Amino acid sequence: MNRIQEKLQEDKKLLSIYFTAGYPKFNDTVSIIQDLEKNGVDMIEIGLPFSDPLADGPTIQESSTLALRNGMTTEKLFQQLKDIRKTVNIPLIIMGYFNPMLQYGVEEFCKKCEEIGIDGLIIPDLPVDVYSEKYQAVFEKYNLINVFLITPQTSAERIGFIDSVSNGFIYMVSSASVTGTTSSFGNDTKDYFKRISGMNLKNPQIVGFGISDKQSFKEATEYSNGAIIGSAFIKQLTKNGVESISEFVKTIR
Amino acid sequence: MTYQADEKGYYGEFGGAYIPEMLYPNVEELRQQYIQIMQEESFQKEFKDLLKDYVGRPTPLYFASRLSEKYNTKIYLKREDLCHTGAHKVNNTIGQILMAKRLGKNRIIAETGAGQHGVATATVCALMGIECIVYMGEIDIDRQAPNVARMKLLGATVIPAKSGSRTLKDATNEAIRDWINHPVDTHYIIGSVVGPHPYPDMVARFQSVISEEIKSQLLEKEGREAPDYVVACVGGGSNAAGIYYHYLDNPEVGIIAVEAAGKGVLSGESAATSALGKEGIIHGSKTLLMQTQDGQITEPYSISAGLDYPGIGPMHANLYRTGRAEFISITDEDAMKAGQELARLEGIIPAIETSHALAIFEDRKFKKDDIVVLNLSGRGDKDLSTYIDYFNL
Repeated sequence: MNRIQEKLQEDKKLLSIYFTAGYPKFNDTVSIIQDLEKNGVDMIEIGLPFSDPLADGPTIQESSTLALRNGMTTEKLFQQLKDIRKTVNIPLIIMGYFNPMLQYGVEEFCKKCEEIGIDGLIIPDLPVDVYSEKYQAVFEKYNLINVFLITPQTSAERIGFIDSVSNGFIYMVSSASVTGTTSSFGNDTKDYFKRISGMNLKNPQIVGFGISDKQSFKEATEYSNGAIIGSAFIKQLTKNGVESISEFVKTIR
Repeated sequence: MTYQADEKGYYGEFGGAYIPEMLYPNVEELRQQYIQIMQEESFQKEFKDLLKDYVGRPTPLYFASRLSEKYNTKIYLKREDLCHTGAHKVNNTIGQILMAKRLGKNRIIAETGAGQHGVATATVCALMGIECIVYMGEIDIDRQAPNVARMKLLGATVIPAKSGSRTLKDATNEAIRDWINHPVDTHYIIGSVVGPHPYPDMVARFQSVISEEIKSQLLEKEGREAPDYVVACVGGGSNAAGIYYHYLDNPEVGIIAVEAAGKGVLSGESAATSALGKEGIIHGSKTLLMQTQDGQITEPYSISAGLDYPGIGPMHANLYRTGRAEFISITDEDAMKAGQELARLEGIIPAIETSHALAIFEDRKFKKDDIVVLNLSGRGDKDLSTYIDYFNL
């Protein structure tokens, strides 16, 4: 069983953290991952920076630009992570856009992920249709779980299709927005969480986008298995540095 | 074998829709409906009436006798520069605003580089009384102040794109983000044959009026519908798609695409995407784009803001890959000279984008009785300050 699937069987609301590899400093990647695990985070999304991150708001765009300026590349990220499984046990997911992966070679990329011990991928601009037609076999060959997004506008039929292609969890985008939009969840959003929860999908759901503190984490996980925090964590790193990771995690739970 | 898009929006191996799930409902709604809406009689009537009475179509097909004499061939200019707002861009914005209305959208967003597409979008929004938001790179806002003023005068809101390199590609990113944040009430009017399917095909269809008119105009003047060559500059490639459209599958017609070499294709400051680009994904489409080895999209350079885009439309990527079109790249210097030459030989000041296409005659020789139709895609008013600086006028 893949680490993601194992983790999802634990009886708790999972806290997952996203950060951009190579930010704030080029060599922070490994120590950030270690610190997050040490402080009780359940799962980590390692952002592979991209020049044109369409689905992200200004915070992640900015951290990506700086990470690239710091010299981060796909190959260098793989080098930084090569011994990560000697010290880290929680599930690790790489989140990035499709073009850098395509340039690296999709099969080569997947192979490298398996060697390192990466458990899954989130690629917002690789649509489920293209994935199932062209790439699913390669991902499965290297035991990678691919995670798809759904939004309040995603039709029930399409959610069903996404559920059938998924084998880990479904990334439930909290509202129609790019990342980093501040919000407290209104009734519409809660109804959406409830509606999805009531669909009895085979894959559990983890909520992302717009989660920044204890309150929003609690609301997001009322009807789901966990939540992902990204922009709020990046802002914390920008403001208070990598030393503040433990303090940040404690404010969430 | 066709060079048109297939049902899934692929031109050969290029095209498709590589979009985040957040955009799926919007893009899918458009994909399901665009052909049907465009074929409705009431749509066609409204579209054609506006092109005629508001845009000023058909635009003339003008035989440029002095230019022809100089280059010893027969050169016709398709005068898109005479369209309302000064370029072919308005053909597409008229089509898309009518599309948006039929889809029940009441808010329009657009991206713009030089500002021509922004002005054309602000214009049709004013015409229809629909809210208009235009994203423009912070750097372009400084470079293209008159067009920013025009958009504002037309009632549009211009929002600076402050991320990344702060030019056209970033303005496009910001427009896409806006669309993600407004999934129900907003239509995104993309200005070129780029972006996810169905945009490249839809924009090409709206621009195809250019070659449709050429067919009957040339028949009248030369007794034949098809020229020997069609020539256009290519940034994203909408004016090119328009002039190629009805000739794509006619092997008798040679297709010439002219890209901006900037300071030279290998100078590091260029926008010659076919020569420098590699297959990849940009703005939701698989195409040729300028990028680092690592897949990061790079910033192109051209003296012409309208050719300053790191990708080309998937139709053109396929024309390049299959060898159907001949690709030529032209430097800033040669383009500027060609612009000045047209002004002096024919009394027409072209947009600098168009000047790139005009510059091919210096080196690319044609037979004396070849008929070459060149898309004079825009007028040079917007470029006056560049011409002034360049020639010390």
